[in-house]
Amino acid sequence: MSVNETISSAAEQREASVPVQDVAVEKKREDMPVQEGKTVGLPYADDPKFKLRNVEVFYGDDRAIKDISLDIARNEVISFIGPSGCGKSTFLRCLNRMNDSIDICRVKGQLMLDDEDIYHSKRDVVELRARVGMVFQKPNPFPKSIYDNVAYGPRIHGLANRKSDLDEIVENSLRKAGLWDEVKDRLDATATGMSGGQQQRLCIARAIAVSPEVILMDEPCSALDPIATAKVEELISEMSESYTIVIVTHSMQQAARVSHRTAYFHLGHLVEVNETSKVFTSPEHELTESYITGRFG
Amino acid sequence: MTDQRSQAEIVRQSLKRRYRKERRFRLYGIVAIFIALASLFILFADIIGKGHTGFVKTTITLDVTLDSETMYLDDPTDQDQIAMADFVAPIIAALQDHFPDAEGRAARRELGRLVGSYAASDIRDLIEANPDLLNTTQTMEFLAHDTVSVYVKHADDPSYSIRLSEQQQAWVDELLEKDVIDTSFNDVLFSRGDSREPGNAGILGAIVGSLFTMLVTLAISFPVGIAAAIYLEEFAPQNKITDFIEVNINNLAAVPSIIFGLLGLAVFIGLFGMPRSVPVVGGLVLALMTLPTIIISSRAAIKSVPPSIREAAEGIGASKMQVVLHHVVPLAMPGMLTGSIIGMAQALGETAPLLLIGMVAFIVDVPDGFFSSATVLPVQIYLWASSSEQGFVELASAGIMVLLAFMISMNALAIWLRKRLERRW
Amino acid sequence: MQTANLLPLILVLAVAAYGLAFMRSRAVAAPLGGIRNLKALPFYYAARAALWCAIPALIVLAAWAGFEGKVIQGMVISSLPQDVWPESPGQASLVLSQISNVAAGKLNPEFVPEHIAGAAGLLENLRAQSGTFKTILVLLIAALGAAFAWTRVAPHINARESVERTLRRIFFVCAAVAVLTTVGIVFSVIFETVRFFGKVPITEFLFGTSWSPQTALRADQVGAEGAFGIIPLFTGTLLISAIALLVAVPIGLLSAIYLSEYASKRVRSTVKPLLEMLAGVPTVVYGFFAALTVAPFIRDMAELVGLEASSQSALAAGLVMGIMIIPFVSSLSDDVINAVPQTLRDGSLALGATQSETMKNVIFPAALPGIIGGILLAASRAIGETMIVVMAAGLAANLTANPLDSVTTVTVQIATLLVGDQEFDSAKTLSAFALGMMLFIVTLLLNVVALKIVRKYREQYD
Repeated sequence: MSVNETISSAAEQREASVPVQDVAVEKKREDMPVQEGKTVGLPYADDPKFKLRNVEVFYGDDRAIKDISLDIARNEVISFIGPSGCGKSTFLRCLNRMNDSIDICRVKGQLMLDDEDIYHSKRDVVELRARVGMVFQKPNPFPKSIYDNVAYGPRIHGLANRKSDLDEIVENSLRKAGLWDEVKDRLDATATGMSGGQQQRLCIARAIAVSPEVILMDEPCSALDPIATAKVEELISEMSESYTIVIVTHSMQQAARVSHRTAYFHLGHLVEVNETSKVFTSPEHELTESYITGRFG
Repeated sequence: MTDQRSQAEIVRQSLKRRYRKERRFRLYGIVAIFIALASLFILFADIIGKGHTGFVKTTITLDVTLDSETMYLDDPTDQDQIAMADFVAPIIAALQDHFPDAEGRAARRELGRLVGSYAASDIRDLIEANPDLLNTTQTMEFLAHDTVSVYVKHADDPSYSIRLSEQQQAWVDELLEKDVIDTSFNDVLFSRGDSREPGNAGILGAIVGSLFTMLVTLAISFPVGIAAAIYLEEFAPQNKITDFIEVNINNLAAVPSIIFGLLGLAVFIGLFGMPRSVPVVGGLVLALMTLPTIIISSRAAIKSVPPSIREAAEGIGASKMQVVLHHVVPLAMPGMLTGSIIGMAQALGETAPLLLIGMVAFIVDVPDGFFSSATVLPVQIYLWASSSEQGFVELASAGIMVLLAFMISMNALAIWLRKRLERRW
Repeated sequence: MQTANLLPLILVLAVAAYGLAFMRSRAVAAPLGGIRNLKALPFYYAARAALWCAIPALIVLAAWAGFEGKVIQGMVISSLPQDVWPESPGQASLVLSQISNVAAGKLNPEFVPEHIAGAAGLLENLRAQSGTFKTILVLLIAALGAAFAWTRVAPHINARESVERTLRRIFFVCAAVAVLTTVGIVFSVIFETVRFFGKVPITEFLFGTSWSPQTALRADQVGAEGAFGIIPLFTGTLLISAIALLVAVPIGLLSAIYLSEYASKRVRSTVKPLLEMLAGVPTVVYGFFAALTVAPFIRDMAELVGLEASSQSALAAGLVMGIMIIPFVSSLSDDVINAVPQTLRDGSLALGATQSETMKNVIFPAALPGIIGGILLAASRAIGETMIVVMAAGLAANLTANPLDSVTTVTVQIATLLVGDQEFDSAKTLSAFALGMMLFIVTLLLNVVALKIVRKYREQYD
């Protein structure tokens, strides 16, 4: 079991087994002022990649995201942290409209990518997703060969005219994902036979292969062991040179290690955004402090 | 960055072509669904179109003078005289009242062919039962001859051939105008067994036969199926025997139904010497056939009972059997019932295995028990559909409508039960 | 007494045993200070008494009822004078039916030979005796079982355990019925098949290209002249099944894909039950539709374009059979497609693939083994389908690939050979069982392979 999972499951257990304390926490939360639409710290940036204003997400009648405004700068790595069910994944999935496939999900507000509205009715999802790639919680390689997994994106988008171009893209992507040396001799082997860490790096390579501008990562290490996690984190740091990376994580250590800025979500609110070092050393908001000191999960 | 920009450009250019493909793919799906639903619609429309006339009978109402002279009958209590008497004569006489110019043997014969062949026995039965009616005039309603019935109901339908002479057609037209020939709801269909004459044939015999057969099927497959499901879900040890049983059940579910007919023929009739054509054997065969369906759905129902219920009961010291019988089975019952009803609906529509065990015989009498020769609704439909007499086609369709009505109500009952009783955990 | 009348009687006895044992257990418990001092609740003592009363009696009754007919027949036959003993089983059954008709009063004894009339008397006599013995024996066993259980109502005996053990055994027997059914199927076809191959060589059966069992009717030449080559039946079956699959697989698969990937919840919840209605329609209805509507329509259409079509064409039967198995293919594909994890879908969509690209390149290949398994199951169903082909495909064993021709299938031949009066022991009748055996083996193989594929596929994503 990974470190992250240990933390989250321990937190869940605490919630489940000591209801009295839970009520107390609940009460305390209410006491603390979370003003809607009010975020402390540094939520805005100059010439941002993403400009997100007054975002709200509804599942049926439930408001999962409550009036969030945030800028994401170019080539920055930003972490979303917060307790389970705080809406960080939901918010992440708005950025390349992965929520579209959920029938009851509605998104309101202004979400701009390079000053173009993401949710404009004429906006093309396919093009959007080619620019904003995503890596998921559980490694999800297609049940095909390693080569075909990486080549899938370039093929459907018609990025390579010749087989040699495609070979080049595959090799480059695998190199960038730090996987090339491990798999170059068995590109035709099926991807599902790889280890979990390799699978996740393959998924990253797959995302890189279409040369996206942004990569969204939804708890990319939660299913991996510590060694694989370290490799993926290393990779994220390297990639920050050429991509904008948004990463949702359960692990505060991970956020601290990889990201420039960290955003703390709480029950659908964006409570605080700041330089990572600042969030973890001197948080401005009480809730953030409670969270990072481990008072609730 | 420039790399990313140019890539985005390539993607944008490919979009039009890719969306065209997307739309085409989606269209294929819609077309497929449309074809499937259209087939369903055509099937139903065809059957209703062919069958609705089966619910209508054609009758001729006549004032019949039961004249002892024309019938050559003085004493209705004398069996010999009854056997020799001419009961058609009064009908022809009554028809001649409408058409005084129809003289001569040929015309009389043609007139006589306007009423069904059971008209004479209607008169005989009446006189036998009430001898005082001799030499009185009675208003009686007869079933029209099948050729007349076809003419009245299907004169405009090219798929039917009219077998009436010009003269007869003229008579029928006139009688129709006078309301002597009339159409009304076909109660015969629901009150009689099979017959050689379409006008006289009914599905009551087949319905009762189906009922007896289904009772046998239900009495066997429901308890056995549920017991088997309980065993496999709750008690079966993980071993080769259990695996073998499971493989058997899954395969039996896909064995062609006609094979079960062979089983019935060889084992129940051949080995055990049971009679042919009886509901007991049909019910046994159908029970074996529906058993896998019931077992599979009952197992699913048992599986859906959460383990917490079991643990709660076991926690207060209930034995395994008590846990199962007191808690699991009652909670799984709605699912089991639903599965069983659907299985029974399948069995109700099954034909092929029953052909082999002799339930295709021509049986006029409504069966009166599990051991009396019978046929069932789908087999009756098969018999009528393959008959060369054209009047049977509409009866077969009408039978299909009745059969479908039974099946739809059974399925509706199953859905209702599921909605009403099923618990979500 | 009739078996049917004995059943309720046994039930009454069992209820009585239940009541008596219940009262006795309370009586036994009373001096000890109440039922808490019994090893089991009174209900279990009572239930055990009822079980012991009913089960042995029912087993004996079933055995007796199952075999009394055969035993009595044997006794009647052997009572006949030596010189009129029937020579073949066929003749024996003829004689027996004559005898039983006399006994039932359907045939006047004056019209039959004296020994038949005598045997009829014997038959009636034996039947009456058997009935009496059966009644006495069954009731005696029931009473003995109940009495034994009654004496065993004692505080130190744990009746619950024995009741539960018995119930568990009953449950096991019920589960084993499935195995018994399979065994029954195998045995019911295997003996006759072996006898058939004694008359017709197996090579001729498997590789002969002509099928006309009717000619075998000629006296003294049973099997010698009849043609029993299964090839035309197999090609006919394959032709019709292939047409059916050509209709059902694309339509079923595409509807499943549309319903699971594109359709809104509302469309899905209306279209799916409608599609399933197609599966619920009895096959005889499809047969009616094929024979009386589709076949004439196809014939007329063919005539319009100048082709000659039989009024019982393979195309009509195949098309309608295809409609019948659409829901089968679509619901199996639907299951399989939905079993592909959402993460794969997300992975592909997140790369910017369109839904159809995701479907074609990721989901379909991943689901392919399961879909193939489903198609094999559908094929097995098409091969085994009887009523549609009986009503719409005809009897002519043509060796042809022309869908407008009339062909016949294995199931049609089984049905026609065994419907109506059969001669025992003729190659014609036996051949139906051999065909049944072939059908059983082929569908069994298809099912085993298909279920294996489907199961393996499920395990992959569980």
